[in-house]
Amino acid sequence: MEDNVVLTARGISMTFPGVKALSNVDFTLRKGEIHALMGENGAGKSTLIKCLTGINDFEAGEIHIEGISGPVKNHSTKDAQEVGISTVYQEVNLCPNLSVAENLFIGREPMTKFHTVDRRAYNKRSQKIMDELGISVDVTQNLENYSLAIQQMVAIARAVDMECKVLILDEPTSSLDDEEVEKLFVLMRNLRDKGVGIIFVTHFLEQVYAVCDRITVLRDGQLVGEYPIADLPRVKLVAAMMGKNLDDLAEIQKESTEDVSKNDMEISARGLSHAGTIKPFDLDIRKGEVVGVAGLLGSGRSELARAIYGADKASTGTLKVAGKDAKISQPIDAMNLGMGMLPDDRKAEGIIADLSVRENIILALQAKRGMFKQLPRAKQEEIADRYIDLVQIKTASKETLIKQLSGGNQQKVILARWLATDPDFLILDEPTRGIDVGTKSEIQKLIVKLAGEGKSILFISSEISEMLRTCNRMAIMRDGEKVGELDHELTQENVMKAIAGGEQGHE
Amino acid sequence: MKKVSKMNGHTILLLITIGLFIVLFAGGCIAYGNKGFTHLQTFLNILITNSGLICVTCGLTVVMLTAGIDISVGALIAMDCMILATGMRAGMNAIVMVLIVLAIGIAFGLFQGFLVGYLEIQPFIVTMAGMFFCRGMTAVICTEQVSITEQTSRLFYAWANAKINIPFGGYVNSKGKYQIPYIRPSVVIALLLLAVTFFMLRRTKLGRSFYAIGGNAVSAAMMGLNVKKIKLKAYMLSSIFCSIGAICYCLNTMAGSVSQALGLEMDAISSAVIGGTLLTGGVGNVIGSFFGVLINGTISSIVKTNGKLASSWPNILTAALLFLFIVIQSVFAMLRSRKK
Amino acid sequence: MNKKSTWAKIKGWSLFLPVMSIILVMAVNIIHDIAVGANPFSFFMITLRQTTGNGTILYGRIIDILNRGSEVAILAIGMTLVVSSSSGTDISVGSVMSLCASFCCMLLAGYGVSSTTTLAVPLIVGLLAGILLGVVCGMFNGTLVAYFGIQPMVATLILFSAARAIGLLLCNDLIVYVRNDSFGIFGGFCGVIPTPVIIAAICILVIAILLKKTALGMYIQSVGINSKASRIAGLNSKRIIFMTYLLCGLFAGIAGIVASSRITSADSNNIGLYFEMDAILAVALGGNSLGGGKFNLAGSIIGAYTIQAITTTLYALGVSSTQAPVFKAIIVILIVAIQAPPLKAYLKHRSNAKQLRGGAA
Repeated sequence: MEDNVVLTARGISMTFPGVKALSNVDFTLRKGEIHALMGENGAGKSTLIKCLTGINDFEAGEIHIEGISGPVKNHSTKDAQEVGISTVYQEVNLCPNLSVAENLFIGREPMTKFHTVDRRAYNKRSQKIMDELGISVDVTQNLENYSLAIQQMVAIARAVDMECKVLILDEPTSSLDDEEVEKLFVLMRNLRDKGVGIIFVTHFLEQVYAVCDRITVLRDGQLVGEYPIADLPRVKLVAAMMGKNLDDLAEIQKESTEDVSKNDMEISARGLSHAGTIKPFDLDIRKGEVVGVAGLLGSGRSELARAIYGADKASTGTLKVAGKDAKISQPIDAMNLGMGMLPDDRKAEGIIADLSVRENIILALQAKRGMFKQLPRAKQEEIADRYIDLVQIKTASKETLIKQLSGGNQQKVILARWLATDPDFLILDEPTRGIDVGTKSEIQKLIVKLAGEGKSILFISSEISEMLRTCNRMAIMRDGEKVGELDHELTQENVMKAIAGGEQGHE
Repeated sequence: MKKVSKMNGHTILLLITIGLFIVLFAGGCIAYGNKGFTHLQTFLNILITNSGLICVTCGLTVVMLTAGIDISVGALIAMDCMILATGMRAGMNAIVMVLIVLAIGIAFGLFQGFLVGYLEIQPFIVTMAGMFFCRGMTAVICTEQVSITEQTSRLFYAWANAKINIPFGGYVNSKGKYQIPYIRPSVVIALLLLAVTFFMLRRTKLGRSFYAIGGNAVSAAMMGLNVKKIKLKAYMLSSIFCSIGAICYCLNTMAGSVSQALGLEMDAISSAVIGGTLLTGGVGNVIGSFFGVLINGTISSIVKTNGKLASSWPNILTAALLFLFIVIQSVFAMLRSRKK
Repeated sequence: MNKKSTWAKIKGWSLFLPVMSIILVMAVNIIHDIAVGANPFSFFMITLRQTTGNGTILYGRIIDILNRGSEVAILAIGMTLVVSSSSGTDISVGSVMSLCASFCCMLLAGYGVSSTTTLAVPLIVGLLAGILLGVVCGMFNGTLVAYFGIQPMVATLILFSAARAIGLLLCNDLIVYVRNDSFGIFGGFCGVIPTPVIIAAICILVIAILLKKTALGMYIQSVGINSKASRIAGLNSKRIIFMTYLLCGLFAGIAGIVASSRITSADSNNIGLYFEMDAILAVALGGNSLGGGKFNLAGSIIGAYTIQAITTTLYALGVSSTQAPVFKAIIVILIVAIQAPPLKAYLKHRSNAKQLRGGAA
């Protein structure tokens, strides 16, 4: 091991049923550096972190830690803490109802000679720790009285005080505002200077360039590369994450594009926003138009769709649907205006796991008709059969429970659910994630076909190439904000530049 | 500062509770001053009557701090009282019987705690079954009311009738005799238990662990606490405290019967909730619960002093207070989550 | 191999648990009858019997079970829906039963009257008012659970302690007797058949038709399984949860009236006592998960009658009504312990280890 290296992982491999989550990944962390771990959905970031912290049991590979001879294999977060790896998550893993000091010392409280907890001692020690780290808090106050940023810092302080050599920060900044992020960065730099190795996972490019020294990029469970920050400008980083070299952009074929610029307006949003997730945006979609939403994970691309659909009730702004003012306070309102939404988190928001394929397909149509106008059983079966055939769902029968289907087929069932409602405007949030290539192209063709029938589609994807193939226009998202639109010269290069921002703003 | 006002969120609830008690009691004094409500003894009688409930509520507060619930307590009291009464009738020594009852409390709590902590069964279901079991067991032991008299156990009888005089606050009754205010030993037991619980929750590792797993069980586990074991201990404490409460209760009623302490679990739960303990766990302390019991006791006392009100009013008023506090808590929680 | 798969199929059947337990109860009865030297099948015998007043009625242990199990069966319908949609239980049903019975009898007898043979208001007014009060209680619970987001058990705790007390208040702390044949019929006999059985059958039929002809069943299960996804698919999760509590209150009202008609009085302290526990137990015995989601109404109803069969059997074995809860408690713990995930995981782990050892040897 090199002198200044604190952690090395070599050839880590990990398989989940049916998916190769990590294959032969290397990772090196040096003392006193802030190392960004970047990648899109399913790239393997969280799997790698879980391997380091003992939550996942990796199959092959070795992890070495400075000061410990021989490879280390952790079986629990406790093991990991003992060898000096601590993790702080976005969701603060502390007890909000206890004081800051107690949170620092719980489970290892100093005791008095009467076998009671020595409040005075740990309050004093806590205050000292916080002062040293430059965090100004009153340690006797309950944790919940402080902002999320402070809570994060307390979690970090706990990790540091437990003498960690490696600090993993897993999306710590997702719910912080700019000022709080800045405070966190001060602390991170402070720790770096004390020699702690920090692994920083985030979706915000700005933050990577603001605080990191080095970047490791993963894609589809494989290592793309490790770069010093200076060698990897934004556009190249986006390219590395999204998986196309800027050089071979040429041969992407467009499947669509009739001219839709004269069509009537289907959706027109003005100043729509949802407090805390997406800043006010304007968006117009014409009938028969496919609009893509491009941006990294966490850029607000899903949140934009959710605000339109009423999945998150918009806090400001107005929405017109087919020229008329629309008031949407929950999804059913949007559905009655002819909308449908395939959400990105299939398991949490898509499938009803314990219901059959048939029931899952007719659910939205039934909801639209209302409880008392039940679709007759024969009709239900006819619809189920038709869509199983149309989108080619592979299932033993229409009465099979949806949870027994593969991910791709589950996704097709959800797609069928919305097609059955015959929507005018369909939101597809990552419809092709975790799906085999054949199905992907089927879905892409379907999108073009639906648009040809005059339906409007909002298409969200982390693969720019598939959006290029299908979209008339693209909205560009960055850091919770719609930053622009591209309607001509839709090329991978342009889109990536727009996503990366900074160098070549489009508007 | 913003911080300070926020910190007092739970303290405000506690202050409301204490304020409510004072208002209720003062109201009683004004309305029924002529019926002797103003005498110190009225207050002491509330303590005497509710000494068992205070013990039970202490235990229940601990369980509720871990985001659990224990509805077996009323039935456990009935079973314990029945065991005490029949045991002494059979000629057993009072001290031995007390020890047996405590041992039963430990064993019963251990079993419930195991089911909740280690088998992860919903606490409500477990303790509901516990309630069934105890109530039925009481009937298995004896279906009739068994009284404890001076003949059955002289010692127990002596405990029950012991008076501890208070040197102040006496009054001269209508016959012109000076009445010295007094309390019973059960009150001393209850208040001691209250003090011990208060200290345990604040100053011991275990006490703080209850708060920790009630605040966030996942975090607590990640910080290295043994959540299962701590939960087991909470249910064990609840049953032990309940058994101590049963002894106090028995000293008051001097009998065992199947229908004893019916619905007492609800009195205990509502006392804890009114005292500011959150049913979602992590927030609350026994001082609040103590005042919750006092509020319940004052309501009963007022209804009793009035003499004309139907006997079901205390239940209705307690339920109304419970409703009020649950809604306040839920609104507080909604406001907080909106802020974030 | 083949045998095993048949067994697995039987075990996988949704009514396995309830049917199994009712068979077990019957077996106990048969063995007991043999042991005491009675006809082994006396459990199943149904005879016609002359009553003192008005003609013939059906008689037999099965009839008795069907008759006495009616209230719990009616409650179990509502409880099943509540458990499915909200993953929680409504513990107020027993108290609400008592309240509805008291309200109905109070109206029929007039306030403050403790015993009457003539009705103060038309029968139908009393009945409807009682049932309506049940609906109101259900709406109260539903509002707290669905719209205030309070845990079901906590929300229903309020009425659990208040409803019975309010009932007592309505009855002026008395047991109100309504000794009128037209009222007594709901707990008595209609022709040769006990009326409670007919009422339970109607309730079951109505809810079965409702579940069959409307999308209610799918809505409730969908919300219970995944309320987030249901919302995205256009269901109003809160309203559906609210509705299940409303229905639960409605059925509690009906059960309350049956129970009070049975004794032609409103005994506020005793009507519906512990019925919430029986109803919850019926749902669990019916093979429904108390964690919500998919439900099986037939199972719950069989479960309800199984509980009554257990009770009747215990009485036949000489166990008193106050002692019976001991056995119920043991049954509840056994059912939930078997279903507990940690235990399942532990057993699986052990059998895997065994297989591994077997493989190595």
